[in-house]
Amino acid sequence: MKDKKERPGERRTWSLLPKALRPRIEVQTQEERPVVAIIGAGPAGMEAAIQIARQSCQVLLFEANADLALNLQNKYKLFPDMSDAQTLAQGMMLALEHPLITVYRQTPIKHVVQVENFHWQVFTEDNRVFKATAVLLCTGYEVFDARRKEELGYGIYNGVITSLELENMFKQEHISTLTGDSPKRVVFLQCVGSRDEKVGNRYCSKVCCVTAVKQAIELKRMHPETEVYVFYMDLRMWGKGFEEMYRVAQEQYNIRFVRGRISEAAGTFDGGVQIKAEDTLIGKPLKMRTDLLVLMLGMEASCGTKQLAKSCGIVGDYGFAGSLDPHLNDNHTHRKGLFLAGTCKRPMSLTDVIADARSAAMEIINYLSKQ
Amino acid sequence: MFHPFVIPFCIGTVALFGIIGIKFTRWIKSLDRKQITIFRQHFLKGMFIPAIKEMLLEGLFHRKVTRFSRRLGFMHRSIALGWFLLIVVGFIEATVNLKGKLHAPWYAIFYRFFEHDQFTASSRVFADIMDALLIYVLIGIGLAVAKSLYAGIMGLRKTSKLKLFDAVLRYSLWLIFPLRLFSESLTACLYKNGGFLTQYLGDLFNPMFASVMELPAWTAYSIALGLFFALMPFSRYMHIFTELLLIFFRKYGVKESEQATGYTKMELSACSRCGICIENCPMDKVLGVDTIQPVYYLRDVRNRVAKRITADNCLMCNQCQSDCPVGIDISSLRKFGRNKQELDTHDNYQYLDKIHSFNAIGRVVYFGGCMSHLTPGIVESMKKIFDAVGQKYWMMDEYRSICCGRPLLQQGFINQAAELRRKNTRLIIESHSKTLVTSCPICYQSFKNEYHLPVRVMHHTEYIAMLMQLGKLKVKPSDLKVAYHDPCELGRGCGIYEEPRRVLRELVQLVPAEREGKDSMCCGYNLGNTCLSLESQMRLRDASWQNLTINHPDQVATACPMCKKAFQHASHNSVKDIAEIVAEHLIQ
Amino acid sequence: MKSFGFSIAKPRSLEIDGESLERLHRLEEKEPSFKRCFNCGGCTATCSAGQFTDFNIRRVHNLYRWGRYQELGEELRKCMLCGKCTLVCPRGVNLRHLIVSMRELLNEL
Repeated sequence: MKDKKERPGERRTWSLLPKALRPRIEVQTQEERPVVAIIGAGPAGMEAAIQIARQSCQVLLFEANADLALNLQNKYKLFPDMSDAQTLAQGMMLALEHPLITVYRQTPIKHVVQVENFHWQVFTEDNRVFKATAVLLCTGYEVFDARRKEELGYGIYNGVITSLELENMFKQEHISTLTGDSPKRVVFLQCVGSRDEKVGNRYCSKVCCVTAVKQAIELKRMHPETEVYVFYMDLRMWGKGFEEMYRVAQEQYNIRFVRGRISEAAGTFDGGVQIKAEDTLIGKPLKMRTDLLVLMLGMEASCGTKQLAKSCGIVGDYGFAGSLDPHLNDNHTHRKGLFLAGTCKRPMSLTDVIADARSAAMEIINYLSKQ
Repeated sequence: MFHPFVIPFCIGTVALFGIIGIKFTRWIKSLDRKQITIFRQHFLKGMFIPAIKEMLLEGLFHRKVTRFSRRLGFMHRSIALGWFLLIVVGFIEATVNLKGKLHAPWYAIFYRFFEHDQFTASSRVFADIMDALLIYVLIGIGLAVAKSLYAGIMGLRKTSKLKLFDAVLRYSLWLIFPLRLFSESLTACLYKNGGFLTQYLGDLFNPMFASVMELPAWTAYSIALGLFFALMPFSRYMHIFTELLLIFFRKYGVKESEQATGYTKMELSACSRCGICIENCPMDKVLGVDTIQPVYYLRDVRNRVAKRITADNCLMCNQCQSDCPVGIDISSLRKFGRNKQELDTHDNYQYLDKIHSFNAIGRVVYFGGCMSHLTPGIVESMKKIFDAVGQKYWMMDEYRSICCGRPLLQQGFINQAAELRRKNTRLIIESHSKTLVTSCPICYQSFKNEYHLPVRVMHHTEYIAMLMQLGKLKVKPSDLKVAYHDPCELGRGCGIYEEPRRVLRELVQLVPAEREGKDSMCCGYNLGNTCLSLESQMRLRDASWQNLTINHPDQVATACPMCKKAFQHASHNSVKDIAEIVAEHLIQ
Repeated sequence: MKSFGFSIAKPRSLEIDGESLERLHRLEEKEPSFKRCFNCGGCTATCSAGQFTDFNIRRVHNLYRWGRYQELGEELRKCMLCGKCTLVCPRGVNLRHLIVSMRELLNEL
């Protein structure tokens, strides 16, 4: 209701502007199809776009970056089946070559506004406006900034790296310390930026546990002689095949799991990292020198998620976008025609993201059919 | 020259000076040996005149209150100075009239009642002066009434809340001067001996009414005075005299000791409960806790009803202490209230006896502090700086650290803190070094004020500032915009405001925060408060962060590991210690 | 007492049923955040006193939870109250206040 009142005002403001600066309204009128704007072309946005287009709706897919599915492309192998992330990403991008899908790369979205029921306008950073019948937010996550946990030494000691940086090393198929040697010992630390009230994130990021197990196995495959430790508070092996991976990691790869949180890291004279933790199961403090300390970064709402959730008034917990309810209306928001999918709502695994995108596509099709 | 109506006044006055005499003697007697020694040492140094000068400036002119708020200063000054002058001029007037003969105190106080026959030109001038002074005082009283109704008039957010007894006293104080005006006007009506105001008012009265009301009015005035005087030593108005005594002893170098002494009692009574301490208190401003401020804490201690939580629920950020117009050492008073006595055991840290020192002749001893283990960026930058100037160092707590003891002391564990101080002192002395540099303002304050070390103690900001002044550090400035956060312990605690800013100005573009320097807002992680929940700490931190980033700096600089952690936990924006900024700007 | 070489074996398990947990409830009242602990051991790992001696704050308060107060008071005296544990705790437990509160409650014994 509020938006209706604001509309005329905005129009008047534009008419005062010189023509060149006025937002260009690009009307998609070639056919009488409903138009769905999808913001964010990660796995969720791409999958939803494919599904919606297959139901003969027009899709506008906006992506802030030049490349699609950046987070996915930065991965090496996917848990639990160790399939190749690139293959999956390529497959999805191939499917995007659909006549009803238009992809706008390097097009960050400023805000979306509901004009009336069944009518949304999407404003880009460079002042273009697109009309749409429904909008789907797939603005995703970004990883926690490890420098906020200074005690872990990220950005200070070269031996401290993030899970993303390790993933990148896997992609290059070359794991080494700064000195170029292959690491004799690697320590993984779980829950960096998740389950941590000090940085304001009480939630569990859900995917780091199994990611660490996956990375530890990959590491062992590449360097069987490396000692690998995983420091955890709880290991949450919740998905299909996860627990089995954990078992394989223990038995087949001899990866050692220590129950305790590392609270301090310091550099050693030879370029390694000295960590302090407690082995809580025997109740003794533990000190250990390692060549690499890998921080398993948690997921936070991305900048785009925070900004759009705020401007649409659908901010949920921790800056993520909030859905109507977690059961039957998880893709809905309290704004009619505005839908959510993927990690803009909460941390999710890739498997969950794709399922969620399909469910969002389904909800949108239902919504459009009521028009 | 006597009339029975002066009896209440006389009783009040005798009671006042009697009780003050007894109290002062008791307090002075219970000063501890250290304080008496200091007093004696300074006694011969001729501190008398500066002491008297400060007594006048503070007691009468209320200089520090005025500095805080002009209106508030005017209110206090008009009552204190006006009343004082009324007494002095009244005394002179009476003496002149009696041509220098001795006279009873009530004669001068109730002069108009006793003298109405010889009305000469000179006494006319006196009467006008007295009226002018009375107006001055009445304006002050009027402002006080207005302030009690609406604190905003005095530029305050809140005024202190009063208990019944204090309220009674306040009303009798407020009544004294209107009653005086009324009585003098009535007498002026009958005998035409008033000044410009009292005579003008007197002429408005019916002489019949005046002759009936004169004696009751003077009696009421005498009773109000007597009541106020007699109750004064038991109320907050005791501050009027105690403040003078306190200033006197303070000028002679006396300070709070580790345990409560007579000096503590003086400080307790010297609080005028002006409520300035509530004004900037972050506990009130951000969290809405308005029961723990010094004005209430000291009142409760004085009335022996202080609860532990009142003493404990304070950040020890020293904002109130820096604002206090009486200069009361509030942190020490609070520490006494936190004394853990039976918990405060001896020989707790025998496990530290095995630790050996390091022969650090010619080196600087670097003490990072416990918290710097959680901010390795600061330690690494300091190492870089030491290396850049070719200064050899021994990092005393590189692998493990002995706490400086201040956190224990702040929580009232006096013996335990002393034990830690002994352990650290031994290590420092055995190192044979001449300089101790620390990165933690808590440790710095402890080493500087609580230890008695034979070495030069420096905070790293001081040390870096010194290196820069000597031209030893080669740095390349950048145009980064940086706001500086003054840590409580370093700024208000130790008075180090200029050195960090001098360093930053050499390197970056310093942008101001909304409140800074001695008004800097605590980051909320201060170790002084053990009962704050994390949620409350975060609210304090957010308020402080907002205050810092008002001018949109690219970076926030601080000089304390705790503050750094507080802000780091909050935001992605970069927070850096000054040492880190310096290390980043070094020319290799 | 004369020793005959026999002794009564100490119970091997925590016998909880006979214990009064009143003191635990009082501690929980004094410092509610204590209930949030998920035993990650960060406090013990970072502990300043723990670098010199075998002081384990996590173990101490777990023993306290089960009413095993023996020697805990002595143990807690090793703490220097430096606050590192409080700063690293991911659950925001106010350990400094917890330690002082435990000492106060144990002192009543």
